[in-house]
Amino acid sequence: MTAYLVKGVSVVGAAPTDLLIRDGVVAEVGADLAADGATVLDATGLVALPGLVDLHTHLREPGREDAETVESGSRAAALGGYTAVCAMANTSPVADTAGVVEQVWRLGREAGLVDVQPIGAVTVGLAGERLAELGAMADSAARVRIFSDDGHCVADPKLMRRALEYVKAFDGIIAQHAEEPRLTEGAQMHEGEVSTRLGLTGWPAVAEEAIIARDVLLAEHVGSRLHVCHVSTAGSVEVLRHAKARGVRVTAEVTPHHLLLTDERAETYDPVYKVNPPLRTGADVAALRAALADGVIDIIATDHAPHAVEDKECEWAYARPGMLGLETALSIALDVLGPEWDLIAERMSRTPARIAGLEGHGLDPAPGVPANLTLVDPAARRVIEPAELASRSRNTPYARMTLPGRIVATFLRGEPTVLDGKAVK
Amino acid sequence: MIRHLLSGGDLDAATATQILDTAAEMATVAGREVKKLPALRGRTVVNLFYEDSTRTRISFEAAAKRLSADVINFSAKGSSVAKGESLKDTALTLQAMGADAVVVRHPASGAAHRLANWVDGSVVNAGDGTHEHPTQALLDAYTMRARLGRLAGLSVAVVGDVLHSRVARSNVLLLSTLGAKVTLVGPPTLIPVDIAQALAPGTGVCYDLDTVLPTSDVVMMLRVQRERMNDSYFPSAREYARRYGLDGPRMRRLPEHAIVMHPGPMNRGMEITPEVADSPRSTIVEQVANGVSVRMAVLYLLLGGNNS
Repeated sequence: MTAYLVKGVSVVGAAPTDLLIRDGVVAEVGADLAADGATVLDATGLVALPGLVDLHTHLREPGREDAETVESGSRAAALGGYTAVCAMANTSPVADTAGVVEQVWRLGREAGLVDVQPIGAVTVGLAGERLAELGAMADSAARVRIFSDDGHCVADPKLMRRALEYVKAFDGIIAQHAEEPRLTEGAQMHEGEVSTRLGLTGWPAVAEEAIIARDVLLAEHVGSRLHVCHVSTAGSVEVLRHAKARGVRVTAEVTPHHLLLTDERAETYDPVYKVNPPLRTGADVAALRAALADGVIDIIATDHAPHAVEDKECEWAYARPGMLGLETALSIALDVLGPEWDLIAERMSRTPARIAGLEGHGLDPAPGVPANLTLVDPAARRVIEPAELASRSRNTPYARMTLPGRIVATFLRGEPTVLDGKAVK
Repeated sequence: MIRHLLSGGDLDAATATQILDTAAEMATVAGREVKKLPALRGRTVVNLFYEDSTRTRISFEAAAKRLSADVINFSAKGSSVAKGESLKDTALTLQAMGADAVVVRHPASGAAHRLANWVDGSVVNAGDGTHEHPTQALLDAYTMRARLGRLAGLSVAVVGDVLHSRVARSNVLLLSTLGAKVTLVGPPTLIPVDIAQALAPGTGVCYDLDTVLPTSDVVMMLRVQRERMNDSYFPSAREYARRYGLDGPRMRRLPEHAIVMHPGPMNRGMEITPEVADSPRSTIVEQVANGVSVRMAVLYLLLGGNNS
C-alpha cells in the first residue's frame, strides 16, 4: 500500500497543512511533515473534504447495464468526490431480497472505487402491496439499513406505518419517495404556468407535501426514523420545519438539480430536463436553498439516474425521468452555497454518512481516521461535456454549462481512486 | 417568414395578418374550375400522422395538392412506427427522402418541437397532444374576420375543456396577438387557474356561460370527451350539457351578429345542440372550407413560395 503526503491542503477550509495517508488511515496532520518514502502531492490551493456520501444513487445494475453498471457508476462517483454511495432498489430484478442486495454489494466491492451500500425495497417488487423481507436484507452481508421504494411512493398509509415500525428492530430507516399517486396520474412536469402553457400534465406540489405531512405524523406516532427523498417544494420545507420543531425523527434530502434548475427548462421539450419529482419554480428553488443552509433539509443527495440515449431522445411524455448527478454535485453545491466548506462537508458527507450508518465515512481528516477523503480545487472552472463523463449515460442537464470546482483526487481507505482529476482504474 | 409553425405564439400580428391575407387569395382558387396553383411544384410535403384525424389530414393534403406539391402520407398505422421506430429515426428517414415540409399530428405535447430539431425542412404542428394546433387557430381567425369584418376588439368566448384543448391554447395566443378579447368558459376543473398568466395576460375566465353570452361576438364550443366525466372533471354528460352546452335558448341570448364556431368533430347534444349547429349563426362548415385556404397560405409562405 502506497503512502501519500498531501502538502499544503486546507482541511475543510482551515489554514493549509500537510496530511500523511498511510495504511488506509490519515496517519498524521501537521505542518511540514516529512515524506518518508510517501508519494508527495502538492495540494496548494486545494481543499480536503471528508469523502462525499450519496444517499440516493441509481446504479441500474442488475437489469439496465446499458445505462449504468455498478462499476461505471462507482467511477462516476469517485470522480465526483464520493467515497460511498447508497444504491437504490429499483433495479431489475428489484433489490427486494437478500440475494439481490448481496449481489449489488459484492459488485461494489469488486469495483472497489467507492463503498456501495445497497438500499432495499420496502415492498415486494416496489408494488406497494406487501413488505419485502426487510429483516433478511438487514441480516445479509449487505447489512441494509435504508429501505426505499424510490420511483414509487409507499402510498398505502397502513403499509407505510408497518414499514416504519418494523425496521426499528434493526435501526432501519424508510426513505420515502413522496408522491401521492392519485394526484400525479400521467404527470409530466411541475403543475403551474409552464405546464399550462406547454400542455403537459401537471405534477402538483401538494402531491408531495400531502405525503410528507402524513409520513411525519406516522413517524411521530410510532417513534420511527423517516427520511424524505428529493424534497422539491417550498411547501414541503414548511411541513418539515414544523415536524422537526415537534421533534419528529425525520431527515430530508434535496438534489443538486432542484437547487439549480426550474420548470422553465421544459420549454425546450427536451426530456433531459424531465425528472421525478419535477423541476419546480424559482420560489421553490429559493426555499430549498434556504432550508439547506438552515438545516431543515439535512443533506444533498444526487438522485443520479442514468438513462440510455433512446429513453431520452424522444417525445417528452415517453421519456424516462431522471438526470445524472454524481460528477457534478459538488460543483453545484459550490455554486449554490459558495465556499462554505464546513456546510458542504456537513450536507454532503458527515450527515449522509450518519443517516446511512456508514462507519468510517463522513469523518474529517484527522490522525487515526480512515482515509476516505477528496481534494477539491475551488478555483477551477469547468465546462460540462456529456461525452467526457464516466457514467455510461449522457443525460446531464448541465451540458455546456460552466461550473465552479473540480475534484483533483479521491481516496478510499488510503487508496487513490482519482488522481489528477482522472480515475485511477 | 418563420421557418416552422409550432405555436400560435410563433406569429406576430404582421405575420399572422399576412397568412390570413394570403389565405383570402388562396380562397379564390377554390372557386375556380381548376383548383390548382403551380407554386409548390417539385416540393415535397409529408403528412406525418400519429393520430387518426381524417379531417385535418385531408385538409392539409388538399392544401398541398392545390399548390402542386408532392404529398406523402405517413400514418402511424401500417408503417414502421407500429413496429416501434422512434420519432427521431422517422424524422431522419423523412429528412433523407427530402421532405421540404413535415406536417405532424402527434398525441404527445411537444412532439412537433422535437421534430423541428431533427429535420431541415419546415415543421407544421397539426396538433400535438394537449398543447397546440396553430392552423386551427388561424382558420378560426380567418373565419371570424370573414364573417365579422375584423378581429381587433372582438369578444370571443371559448367554452369547454380548455385544460386538454390544443385548439384553445392556440386560439388564445393568436387571437390575443390580433387584438381580440378572449374569455375562457367552463367548469373550474377544466380551466387551469393560471391560464391567463401562462398564455396571454388579458385573457378572461368565467365559470358561467350565461354571463358571457350577451356580450360575445363569437362563441367557440370545444369538443368535450365523455370520458372526462369518468375522471371526475364533471359529474355527468347531462349536467355538463345543462351548464355549459349551447342550445337554442342560450343562442338567442347572443347579440344579433354573433357567430357560433366549433373545431369539430362535434358531440351533438353534449356541448352543442343540433339546432345551434345547423343554424345560420354556425360557421362550422365554413371553418372546414377555410381550413384548406389557410393551410395553403401556411405551406406557401413557409416554403418560400413568394420568393420563387
